[in-house]
Amino acid sequence: MSQKREEQAPSSDEAIGIKSQEMLLNMGPQHPSTHGVLRLVLTLQGETITNCTPVIGYLHRGMEKIFENRTLMQGIRYTDNSDYLSPMLCEIAYVGAVEQLMGLEVPRRAQYMRLLVGEMQRIASHLVAVGSYLIDLGAVTPILWAFRDREGILSLFEALAGSRFTVNYLRVGGVLHDFPKGWLRECEAYFDQLEKNLGELDALINGNEIFLARTQGVGFIDTQQALHYGLTGPMARASGVNWDLRVHRPYMAYREVPVNVQVRQEGDCFARNLVRMTEMRESIRLCRVALDRMPPGAICARVPIALRPPRGETYFAIENSRGEYGFYLISDGSEYPWRAKMRAPSFVNLQIVPELLRGYKMSDAVAIIGSTDIVLGCVDR
Amino acid sequence: MADQPASSNNINDPVTRGGKRKPIPLAIARGPHEYLPGEQEGPVQLASLGDLLTWAENWARSRSVWPLGYGLACCAIEMMAAAQPHYDLSRFGSEVFRSSPRQADLMIVAGTVSVKMGPRLRLLWEQMPEPKWVLSMGQCANSGGEFYDSYYTVQGVDTIVPVDVYVPGCPPRPEQLIEGLLKLREKILKQGLKLRGEDERP
Repeated sequence: MSQKREEQAPSSDEAIGIKSQEMLLNMGPQHPSTHGVLRLVLTLQGETITNCTPVIGYLHRGMEKIFENRTLMQGIRYTDNSDYLSPMLCEIAYVGAVEQLMGLEVPRRAQYMRLLVGEMQRIASHLVAVGSYLIDLGAVTPILWAFRDREGILSLFEALAGSRFTVNYLRVGGVLHDFPKGWLRECEAYFDQLEKNLGELDALINGNEIFLARTQGVGFIDTQQALHYGLTGPMARASGVNWDLRVHRPYMAYREVPVNVQVRQEGDCFARNLVRMTEMRESIRLCRVALDRMPPGAICARVPIALRPPRGETYFAIENSRGEYGFYLISDGSEYPWRAKMRAPSFVNLQIVPELLRGYKMSDAVAIIGSTDIVLGCVDR
Repeated sequence: MADQPASSNNINDPVTRGGKRKPIPLAIARGPHEYLPGEQEGPVQLASLGDLLTWAENWARSRSVWPLGYGLACCAIEMMAAAQPHYDLSRFGSEVFRSSPRQADLMIVAGTVSVKMGPRLRLLWEQMPEPKWVLSMGQCANSGGEFYDSYYTVQGVDTIVPVDVYVPGCPPRPEQLIEGLLKLREKILKQGLKLRGEDERP
């Protein structure tokens, strides 16, 4: 099952001169393990995948066009729906782009608040990624544990922003509310508990023989390939690409808080999952640093009610939980952006899936798709 | 039924036909302490053995509604969260998300329906065996929601399939989804039966 494609011997049918017929297999858009509404048209030769065509667009909502018809402030809400597993991070990218366009300086407290909620969102997103990956491979318990831990973050967000996960919390120039009373103490207690729970999850997953057999050596990407396909995020870092925008293009509070980049050299599905697991621990550390250093002061800069940035264009990217999530905005001087383009990490990471699947067995397809951790809202927009 | 005036003597009124109609007892909660899910409307009348059998059939059906595992967008994450231990949908017999439409009773349309997805959704609905129900979850599926002026979204899933329960919210909380399932349970319990106090004549 976990053979690499070079090692695969020709099947016995081919040895005696019988060629089996190619089969087209349609996977999705309603399939429990395509992570949303992705459709894959697989060409099979026996059990082996010879070709794969992803069909996307089942969740296309015309979001980039909608941005042009909304004011810059109204656009914040729509970013929540693009990458719906990490809405807080998408909002950071959007308001960051608007601030860069307007030349706004964000207060230091707001920067640290953004770092705190952003890293919490990264933990929540990775928990869903790990949990749903494991349920794709047939293990039911990890998703129960992961969602239990995720509920803690969602209830903290609800106390902070009033909504569970499409938060609409960030504003151009800062954030919407200050922390409620006692919120930071609850955060600390939650992180202590989460660290314990992550240890349990680690022991449950990473020592499991079945999980190792299904993921080690499967879906191998080497460093050059990762660079050529433009992969970012855990996908690239599991293939030995030391690239993290929080470190190499630091923005906001990351200029003051150093991040340990989680890099692994194996480049297989197991490494991708492990990078996500270790990134959660790193995020907990960053959250604790933010809690310790949380400076006093204003939570939002003084901004006019109607945002009218000067004419011009800008690109601002952050490290999302899936990779480089950027916004390219062109302004014509009015309240509305003339053009808004999202650089979605899931869309770029999806491009390598046909290349990855080719040569592997049908049963590995689910393991490989799950390890890419794509969000279809982010792919189709 | 609740919208009809209780004592209408209008001879042209198709419901009362000139006669006096008994008011339907409505148990409307005045506060959270009075709220009992599944007991918001008047009880059904069981006049014959056939009614009794129908009621028993409905009761059995309403207690294990198996949804189709069909997530579309953001609401699907809340649907997943509702099935997990914190909210525990299995308390209401609906935790078994079937991957095949042929084994499912209920289609939870969780998320935005795009123009490309519309025919697929209709096909899946047609593949589900009778009796089947549809629950529209979230504003996108209800009415188009915040994508009301998009060129590629279906403005409400009820333009494609008949919808039994609408759950508002963007996205609805898991409690709201559970409430929607309980409303559906009420609806299933009353299928083919008359409310108590309702005129038997057509």
